[in-house]
Amino acid sequence: MKSFEEFTVKEIVDQIEDGILLGIPADYSGVPMTFTKELINKGVKNLKLYCLPLTTIQGDMLIGSGCVSEIETAAVTLGEFGLAPRFSEAVENGKILIKDSTCPALHAQLQATEKSVPFMPLRGVVGSDVQKNRKDWQIISNPMKSSGVQNEPILLLPAVQLDVLVFHASYADRNGNIQIGRRRELATLAHASKKVFVTVEEIIDTDFFENELSAATCLPALYIDGISVVKNGAWPCKLPGVYESDNEEIKKYSIAAKTQPSFDQYMKQFLKS
Amino acid sequence: MNLNIKREELLISQLADLLKNDNHVAVGAASPIPGAAALLAKEEAKNFNKRLRVTILHSNKYNNFTDGARELFDCAAQGRIDTFFLGGVQIDGNANINLVGTGEYPNVDKRFPGSFGSPLMYFVVPQIILFREEHSPRTLVKNVDFISAPGVSDDNIYRPGGPKYLLTNRALFKFNKKQKKFSLYKLNMNETLDSIIELTGFDFDVDKNLSEMDFPDKTRIETLRKYIAPMVSEFYPEFANRIWGV
Repeated sequence: MKSFEEFTVKEIVDQIEDGILLGIPADYSGVPMTFTKELINKGVKNLKLYCLPLTTIQGDMLIGSGCVSEIETAAVTLGEFGLAPRFSEAVENGKILIKDSTCPALHAQLQATEKSVPFMPLRGVVGSDVQKNRKDWQIISNPMKSSGVQNEPILLLPAVQLDVLVFHASYADRNGNIQIGRRRELATLAHASKKVFVTVEEIIDTDFFENELSAATCLPALYIDGISVVKNGAWPCKLPGVYESDNEEIKKYSIAAKTQPSFDQYMKQFLKS
Repeated sequence: MNLNIKREELLISQLADLLKNDNHVAVGAASPIPGAAALLAKEEAKNFNKRLRVTILHSNKYNNFTDGARELFDCAAQGRIDTFFLGGVQIDGNANINLVGTGEYPNVDKRFPGSFGSPLMYFVVPQIILFREEHSPRTLVKNVDFISAPGVSDDNIYRPGGPKYLLTNRALFKFNKKQKKFSLYKLNMNETLDSIIELTGFDFDVDKNLSEMDFPDKTRIETLRKYIAPMVSEFYPEFANRIWGV
């Protein structure tokens, strides 16, 4: 028996049902763009996106394609190429529900699930409109006598478990361990997700656990439900340590996405590519 | 002596002056001018036999973190970051910042990316420098439409950090925490107190030592152009190409 499940991208997409809570990695973590393309082709609906802690072209494309009903995030942006136009318009017109958050809160909610505790406290944030608009967050008075400042107001965040996480990485080894380098937030996402699928550039005939360096920078196969080999699977986003982002293409997208008709036109080509 | 100093270079130089006493400066998303200033301050600190650490989040090379994206926030909460930069679609006279949008929340008139890490960073980093190039009544407003992070907090809130300065392309303000008010501290070339009053949407005090921004000397501008520009091009290629043609 093979030590891990090898899937096609389509088989991963088949696992994504309408309405699920989907984990979205940041642009620096390995964005699964080939998967995203197939997901849009499938015509999935009412996805809830949970970004750790932000999204760029992936989230904007899914929103522009009508696949999203809700997004929890610290930001949606095209970075040097400006605002994320499909996201901005969808929020302005009330087409999607926006749960504005902040990076450390998005991390902490998943860390609560990692530890299987119902909530996680976080300092700061109190008194901001981000906090005031989150009815699912609570403020308590610090109950500890031995640590912190007594009666200090402190924010509690609920544990969040993702239904599915999909990300793109450089390599899997022969046992299905995934090389994630310093992008440890991918481990946080995976630990807090019911199912995890990974697209990789290559499966290499080695065992990451044989060496201290590669063992410390991999995500163990125990958290992974399926792997698919996809060359350039993050394009046009970058894959840290492997290739840079295709800035020409992202620029092209940023211009096309300014209106829905030119976005639709762009996507026709993109989905075929 | 005419060094043909660009406006961006003057801002970089001005910011570098504010980082002289730091041990660790971190720079967040979409911040080429603060990034260049931090690297310049790091280079100059060597002349005083000082070690300044710089973390540029969007760079793999100029980065001190290995524990994932949460490490920045944990590190800041531990008090290990002395200076961080924040921006805003709107900044008001109480130093409240808005990174979310203008108009009534949630379906705002114009939506911007979001609050990023500001709701925590503003509370825990001792020196927050607000940086917004555009200096106009639409960016510097009486009251922000949405508070991504408040400028000041009640006394019972844990808050070792907060705003110290606001830099725009026209002026540098200091923030007075007790009075909850900015005071005008330095003017960019060709600006006057009157021009700043006209273009600022909030009331502010005037520092008794109000002066013009200091021009970088020849050594500093050479360091910037020769050593720092190529570094900046690694993580902000478009900016470095536009300013220095590298």
